[in-house]
Order: sequence, then structure tokens, then C-alpha cells
Amino acid sequence: MSAKTKLPVGQEAIQDKGWLKAHKYLLLRRASQMFFLGLFLLGPWFGLWWVKGNLAGSLTFDVLPLTDPFVLVQMLVAQHWPEMTAITGAVIVAVAYALIGGRVYCSWVCPINPVTDGAHWLHDKLGLAKGWQPKRNTRYWVLGMVLVVSMLTGTIAWEFVNPISMLHRGLIFGMGFAWAFVLAVFLFDLFVSRRGWCGHLCPVGAFYGLLGARPVLRVSATERAACDDCMDCFAVCPEMHVITPALRGSEDDTPIITSQDCTNCGRCIDVCAPQVFRFTTAFDTTPAPARAARPASPKKPSKASRAA
Amino acid sequence: MSANKPAKAKPKPIDRRRFLQDTARAAAGCAVAGMAISHLATDARALPARAIRPPGALPEDDFLAACIRCGLCARDCPYDTLKLAELGFDGPATGTPYFTARDIPCEMCDDIPCVVACPTGALDHSLTNIDDADMGIAVLIDQERCLNALGLRCDVCYRVCPVIDEAITLERRHNERSGHHAIFMPTVHSDACTGCGKCEKSCVLPGESAIKVLPRRIATAEAAEHYKLGWEDRNPLVDEIIDLPDRLPGPGTDNLVAPGGYLPGTEGLPDPNMDGGFTPTFKLPGTGGTGQ
Repeated sequence: MSAKTKLPVGQEAIQDKGWLKAHKYLLLRRASQMFFLGLFLLGPWFGLWWVKGNLAGSLTFDVLPLTDPFVLVQMLVAQHWPEMTAITGAVIVAVAYALIGGRVYCSWVCPINPVTDGAHWLHDKLGLAKGWQPKRNTRYWVLGMVLVVSMLTGTIAWEFVNPISMLHRGLIFGMGFAWAFVLAVFLFDLFVSRRGWCGHLCPVGAFYGLLGARPVLRVSATERAACDDCMDCFAVCPEMHVITPALRGSEDDTPIITSQDCTNCGRCIDVCAPQVFRFTTAFDTTPAPARAARPASPKKPSKASRAA
Repeated sequence: MSANKPAKAKPKPIDRRRFLQDTARAAAGCAVAGMAISHLATDARALPARAIRPPGALPEDDFLAACIRCGLCARDCPYDTLKLAELGFDGPATGTPYFTARDIPCEMCDDIPCVVACPTGALDHSLTNIDDADMGIAVLIDQERCLNALGLRCDVCYRVCPVIDEAITLERRHNERSGHHAIFMPTVHSDACTGCGKCEKSCVLPGESAIKVLPRRIATAEAAEHYKLGWEDRNPLVDEIIDLPDRLPGPGTDNLVAPGGYLPGTEGLPDPNMDGGFTPTFKLPGTGGTGQ
């Protein structure tokens, strides 16, 4: 096992499954991110106006309205009652993410995700220290702060700084100096705090996490008995604390990752050579025997420290 | 993490302390960040005078609560009038729609597609007649260079006005310089002007226009409540503010000393010993009464 942890992350999976399969969900995710951005760019770039607007609000094929529910909540707190169109759009989005997992937005749609993933990749390459690690619940503080500021100023407060809309709107409508916000997030994640922005601070992710806290679509460590402790899933997981309860759970614990922080990115599925993880539904009750007892005590601290 | 369960009693006070510390830290951080964002929000309210919001836009304070910056209004604008403000280049809050009249004015579409497109009502859907739009008011701001003001017959701003003869009229006046010509002064009427900016766009002067659309808050003054234009309203009285004296029969009404009649000893009689005080030169007949 210790030999395996020395291998580059995902190396074994690549050997076992082939490069393509060991990057399946990563590639799908990038494709999805490009797809959603591309839909919005079809209009301005190619004159194909299937989708108009941006992630805050859009109109698809002139019939389907979509609205960012987080923006809508800020609007309500700022005491503006919107037209029905915006409410309908927000309900559609909210229901969708409630089913597939709120933070699917983060890993499959959000244009900032490639930025922070890039920062993390470089962070890894440069072998930098993880830096400042705010508490995982800091994002809820930020979320609360945004709502309070929205209420006090009577504005949709987060949109003044939201790097997601800065980037997304910037690409579609014109950037100005909005790239500075994107660069700031990149540098923050690279030098100040590993996985800091998406994993600890972003109130949009916090909101979507709460919105889709009990989704149908989930990742499950169904074959957790086969886990060989290579730690690769922890290394790639942007919210690594979500894995432990499922993977290290006892016979009675569900193998399903139930944390609302899980982004359903599927990267753990990619990098796992013994194919422990897979996508399933929240109702999946397939029995998942726990891992055989390990020679416990000496290993435990090292595991915990890496997982933390 | 939750490893040492047996030693339950010990970590408790430390936990409380940590909890308080963490809470204070998070709250302080959020307070700082919140103040920064509030500052941005307050800043954004100061919409630059030259940035004109689309037709039907709510007042700026309400607009920033309602506009989600999706750009659907700009997409549905057939003349590409509307654009979204870009950070650092344009004055309005980043991503909110506006237009610059001198570049592309509002063409005042009958169906107002921008308002229809707005999903949130930041552009008020109750605006259905574009002539009721109130994006701003044109102001003939440079009367030294306006060709009409100089006595020429340019008239372009007047001719292009979609509400011609209501929003802009040409008011004829004597040309003092030549002594025997007329000046046809372009004159904007705030009740009819929609602020579309076609006049500003078409002003023939190079560079800046002599006539500019400004927000109503800048372009118009507010008449005091008690001002009345006698030629519009024949009744000179303003209820509860100015009232005519209730005169009693007595000496001539233009007798300044006793318009309502005084009686010696009556309250309100000016003290003769005081500066400006006086003693009435006559006494009123009868009981008289309460003048004023």
C-alpha cells in the first residue's frame, strides 16, 4: 500500500483501465462545461440564438426561461418581487439541481471550475503547501453575509463581485476588467488556499449545496471492500471529507456519499483502480460489505492526516 | 477526528472556546467582506449621468435589486442600442444594461422588445406605450454652439424627434445680434420627452452634442408646492398655506394700520412702546372682532 501511495495519482487506474477510462468523468465534465458555455456562445459567435442570456438568467429556444435561484433569492431579500418568468425559471433550475445534486452545478456547469481546477493542478505541480484552510462551513457564513448585504443595500449583492458571472457574462457579452476577478480566484487557489475558493468560500456553491442536499443522483463506494488504501480518491476529491464516511463506513453505514458538499464530479470513480465507486441513486440499497478490518492502529493517524 | 470519545469531559471547554473563536473569526471576516461589497453596491447607485437605462427601467435603487444582468434586453434590442456595462470601462454597475445616446439612441420600438424580454421586471412590464417611456430628458445644454441658437436653421434635433412638436418645439424669438432675424430655439418639453436620445445622436456638431439626454433627477428642478402660475390657475390661493384675511366691515381695506380692525387692549395689538410698535390712529366702531 505504501508503495502505491508513492505512485502518481491515478497511475494505477490508467494502467488497469486505460487512460481514457481513467479520465472518463473528467473528460465528460470538461465537455459538459464547454457545452453549457458553448450554448451561450452560439449566438454571439455564430448567430445561432438558441440560448440567450447567461447563467444568471436565460431563454432557450424562446420558450424555456431559466434563472439562477441564488440570484432570485437575493432579489427577494432585496425586496423586489420579480415577474413570473424569473420565478418559473428559478423553480425549474432548483428542481433540476435538487434531483441531480446541487453542486453538480459546480463541477459540471460552472465556468470557474476549470479555473480553480487549473489552479489546483499547478498547485500540485509546484508542490506548494496547502496554505490557509478556512473551515468548511465558512461558505455558509459568506452565504449569510451575502444575504444580509443584499437586504441592507437593497441590491443583488453577490453580483457585484461574483467571479462566475464576471467570467461567464464576460465571455458572452464583453469582459472589461472582469478577468481580474477570475485571476484573483486563480491566484487565491494557487498561492493562498488550496481548493480555497470553490471548497471553502464560494456562496454560490454553498447555496446550491443546500438546494440539492438530498439528491437522487449520488456517488457510492459500493465496492468499498475492494479498497486498497491507495488514497487516490482523496487526492483528487475537491471536497475530500465527503468520502470518508462512505468508504470507511462499517457494514451498517451506507456506502453512498451523502454529504451535500459532494459535487458529483465523478473523479473518484476515474482514479480508482479497484473500481470502488460508481454513480447510483440515493435509493440504491445494494448491500456493500465494509472493508475487512485492517491492522488498525499504526496506520490510522497517517490516513486521517492525509484525509483531513 | 472524533477519535477520542472516552475523553469526553476534557475537550468540552476547549471546544467552546474554539467554537467562539471560530465564530468570531468568521463573523469578523464576513463583516469586512460585507462592508467591501456594500461599498461597491453604494458606489453603483451613482449611475453616471450619461449612461441611460433602457425604457421602463425602475429607479436606480430599485433597479439594482431587480436586474439580474442577464442581458436578455440587450439581446432583443433590434438596433443594438443596449449594451451591458463592462467592469472598468463603463460607469454603471457591471453587467447592467444601458445605452449611450450619442452612439446609438433608443429607436423607440412600438412593441418595446427589451421590456418584454426582461424576466424580472427590472424593466417595468406595465410600460406598454413607448411614448410613456421616461429614460431621461433632452436638454439643450450648449446654447452658445447650437446652430439654431446662433440663428441658423439646422433644426435636425427637432426633425428627428419621434415626438416632434410635443417633446421638442422650435420657439421663435428675436435675433438681437442681427436685429432683424428670428432665432428658432429648440425647446424641450419634459412632459413629452422620452429621453430616447435621437436628438443627441443626430446633432450635427462634431464630437459632443449640443443637446444631451440627462436623467430626470439632474435635468429637472422641482417647483415648490406653494408656487402657482397665475396664468394657468386663476385661483391664487393655496389651501392651508396662504389664506386671504377675513376682513370685517371697517375702515378702508387698504388701511394698513388696521386691516381687520383693532380694539385697544385686544390681544395682538402691537405694543406702542416696542420698536415698530404703534398706536392705531382711530378706534373701530362696534365690537369688531378678530381680525385675521
